[in-house]
Amino acid sequence: MYPDNFRYTKEHEWVMVAGDSATIGITHHAQEELGDIVYVDLPKVGAQLAQGKSLGSVESVKAVSDVYSPLSGEVIEINGALADKPESLNQDPHGAAWLVKVKLSNPGEIESLMTASDYAAYVGAEK
Amino acid sequence: MPDAQPLRATPLNSVHRALGARMVDFGGWDMPVQYTGIIDEHNTVRTSVGIFDVSHMGEIEIRGPEAARLTDFVTTNAVGKLQLGQAHYSGLLYEHGGFVDDILVHKIASDHFFLCVNASNQDKDFEHIRAHNRFDAVVENNGHRYAQLAIQGPRARALLQKLTPVDLSAIKYYWFTRGDVLGVDAMIAHTGYTGEDGFEIYIPPAEAARIWNELLSAGAKPVGLGARNTLRLEAKMALYGHEIDATISPLEADLAWIVKLDKGEFVGRDALLKQQASGVRRKVVGFEMRGRGIARDGYEVRVAGNPAGWVTSGSPSPTLNKNIGLCYLPVEQAKPGLVIEILVRNQPVEAVTVETPFYKRAK
Repeated sequence: MYPDNFRYTKEHEWVMVAGDSATIGITHHAQEELGDIVYVDLPKVGAQLAQGKSLGSVESVKAVSDVYSPLSGEVIEINGALADKPESLNQDPHGAAWLVKVKLSNPGEIESLMTASDYAAYVGAEK
Repeated sequence: MPDAQPLRATPLNSVHRALGARMVDFGGWDMPVQYTGIIDEHNTVRTSVGIFDVSHMGEIEIRGPEAARLTDFVTTNAVGKLQLGQAHYSGLLYEHGGFVDDILVHKIASDHFFLCVNASNQDKDFEHIRAHNRFDAVVENNGHRYAQLAIQGPRARALLQKLTPVDLSAIKYYWFTRGDVLGVDAMIAHTGYTGEDGFEIYIPPAEAARIWNELLSAGAKPVGLGARNTLRLEAKMALYGHEIDATISPLEADLAWIVKLDKGEFVGRDALLKQQASGVRRKVVGFEMRGRGIARDGYEVRVAGNPAGWVTSGSPSPTLNKNIGLCYLPVEQAKPGLVIEILVRNQPVEAVTVETPFYKRAK
């Protein structure tokens, strides 16, 4: 369920690091908890993200949820397809429905995030 | 901090869990918010038939020779106009004109009235009615004696008809009858809270699971409180705690049609007469988002850049595929066609006031 090459946050975001950049999304568990996702609010390219701070939000029919940045860095790309197809976050949250790509300013922060097995245990234990 | 109360459960709690429902704390009740997904369940009710467990709703019964007088005294609609077997929507008000609750009043007999009230208000309503019982009526708080199921959607009648010998086509809208449902003595009401055709049945709690399962076997799909909210919002039906509460009068809530000021004395009447004479200052009005963003309950509404009101309900509308909502605005601005802004997470987003209801079924 949770790819081994991702790291995870307690707020249910994932990040995949490749060199000095990273792709960020929300986890399967997050989309399941939210239900039908109908709106995604993303930062602009060039925005500076700080680890643990809100980078935007996803909304289900019932509620708004903040998305917190797993790592610090500058936004270099956003997934524009989500504006028209927010429901893809329910279908492919670890793949096509990634949220943003960032150029990392402090790659060492990754050590503070959970591994896939840690995260699987975390969401298993959370219930 | 008050001690945490254990959540109350309906007789169908384990049935919902077995169906894989997502359960939430709804005003102190452990209730299903969704089974498959809110949009899917919403569309089921608009196009086919869904069933809701609304057993958390309260039932208050008023009996005795003076039952009609008490019921008329504590509610805003004209109880004297009700015929046997007829129901109407009504308000329970405080002396100052704000809502204690919004309710359905059913006239079972000339000396027996059956009130369906909101779950989290039932004990407050009961105390309120008792406190105003200057007549010799008997008031019973009977929520525990009834399970309530709502069968809603264009196929609701055909589906429920499979389970009862009662001719459902003979029950007019907002009328009810007692009758057999799967061998159980039930109250069958042609009412609902979805903007779709449908029925609500009141049954003994011990029979709820069997009847629920038979309705599923007959082809209904379970629908949770998430879709109940989007359905009622599209139909512009008020929800206590949102469009109405203790600080809001029916004249402000666009519910003057349930207030019969000429029927004689009732609790809250003097306050409403004063309000009517001086004119209400604010009123509920519908809106659609024009910019990107979803309005949510409590968001600020601005007119020409200035704070002017607040959102009472806001949601995506699965039927209209728009983001809609209801808000309070100063009465002179609470009419269709006004460009407004909703403060969505500190960003003003353009919206426009519109005619309501947002959705009306074809008859």
